[in-house]
Amino acid sequence: MTAIIDYGVGNLFSLKSSLSYIGEEAIVTSNEKEIRSAGRLILPGVGAFADAASKLQESGMFELIQKEARSGKPLMGICLGMQMLFDKSFEYGEHAGLGLVHGEVRPISQAIPAGLKIPQIGWNALRFRNGVSPIFKYISEDDFVYFVHSYYGTLCDEHTIADTEYGAYLTAAVQDGNVYGCQFHPEKSGPVGLSILRAFCELN
Amino acid sequence: MITKRIIPCLDVRNGRVVKGVNFEGLNDVNSPVELARYYSESGADELVFYDITASAEGRALFTDILREVASNIFIPLTVGGGINTVEDFDRVLKCGADKVSVNSGAIRNPSLIGEAAKRYGNQCVVISADVKRVDGVFTVFAKGGRENTGMEAIEWIRRCVGDGAGEVVLNSIDTDGVKGGFDLEMLRAVCEAVRVPVIASGGAGKAQDFVTLFKGLPEVDAGLAASIFHFGEVKISDLKTLLLSSGINVRL
Repeated sequence: MTAIIDYGVGNLFSLKSSLSYIGEEAIVTSNEKEIRSAGRLILPGVGAFADAASKLQESGMFELIQKEARSGKPLMGICLGMQMLFDKSFEYGEHAGLGLVHGEVRPISQAIPAGLKIPQIGWNALRFRNGVSPIFKYISEDDFVYFVHSYYGTLCDEHTIADTEYGAYLTAAVQDGNVYGCQFHPEKSGPVGLSILRAFCELN
Repeated sequence: MITKRIIPCLDVRNGRVVKGVNFEGLNDVNSPVELARYYSESGADELVFYDITASAEGRALFTDILREVASNIFIPLTVGGGINTVEDFDRVLKCGADKVSVNSGAIRNPSLIGEAAKRYGNQCVVISADVKRVDGVFTVFAKGGRENTGMEAIEWIRRCVGDGAGEVVLNSIDTDGVKGGFDLEMLRAVCEAVRVPVIASGGAGKAQDFVTLFKGLPEVDAGLAASIFHFGEVKISDLKTLLLSSGINVRL
């Protein structure tokens, strides 16, 4: 069973539907017991980093997620949920993240040539890095996934499992042991995205 | 490299897709779920559902079908039609929409875009503008193109983006239904004014029109059309093959 962590940020309908669709039992929850007993965790999120981080703090789930992840439970952060895995973010100030993947979050405007549109919205291809991550076992390099973001993870080369070219190569996915992060939306990336979720749901 | 998006638009009334649709192999050609699946499997990058119902019952049916589509098709879904308040955003987002497109609602209530963007993020808010030349001036029309607002369109769109709209759908009333190609002149004016993705709408009559669009105006991010896809005149998979062979990057 997979727990989708509900901390009042973002729309969890599609994520829950996509897990049901691939036959994975999933619950949307903010309950400590349920999070502890889940086989794996998904941390979603859209919106602003500081707002999401403080909501996670207020709900008491900040430390809980850290603890569960450090105990070896598979965790996947999606979009802003991925950015929250890093040490810190520079979105409107400087804010601490969960510190589960070394690196930081910076505006993509600092990485790409002027003139490109921000946010990056649309389908872009994955380039695998550091081998083939277990969550990519059912997909191929150059498969397309759907991105919507204005910030990206950086200083995380050794944990980068995929990047994507948008004027420069931007981090698309990271992994540190049992902790995974996808900047793109697997739940909105068609069969490719569902295959990534399926591979993640097979992790124990 | 990011790809150009191809977006079919489906008009829904009382839970059914209107405009006769003409596909082989579909049992129920007016079922939003069947059509959405068909488009998704043939390579659509995103779907737009436009609610053209006027009644509360119709609106409830619309959210039911939206929920069903969103439970079965995992590509981005944009919803438009009848979006006048932040509560309307909430209603469709809870049923699985990813983006919400506003048109007349933003004209009537100038603070709608700002409030929605603050609550749901800019990526969620799409300004859809129906624009027509009036005495040579690009002018915004409301109520499905029936009412001249007297507002100059480029300034209006710039203001909406400034308020927080994360994408622009430009529907040229002048080329809509003519099937002679997209309105490149009007699109160019919008692309020069804003730095968010711009989606071209109105005028697609054949596959080559999309090649002309993306070649002539590489700043345009996506092409939206309804009837040429619904009537099977252009298959999305064929269109994408053509675009790719013309040097335009698409997702196959």
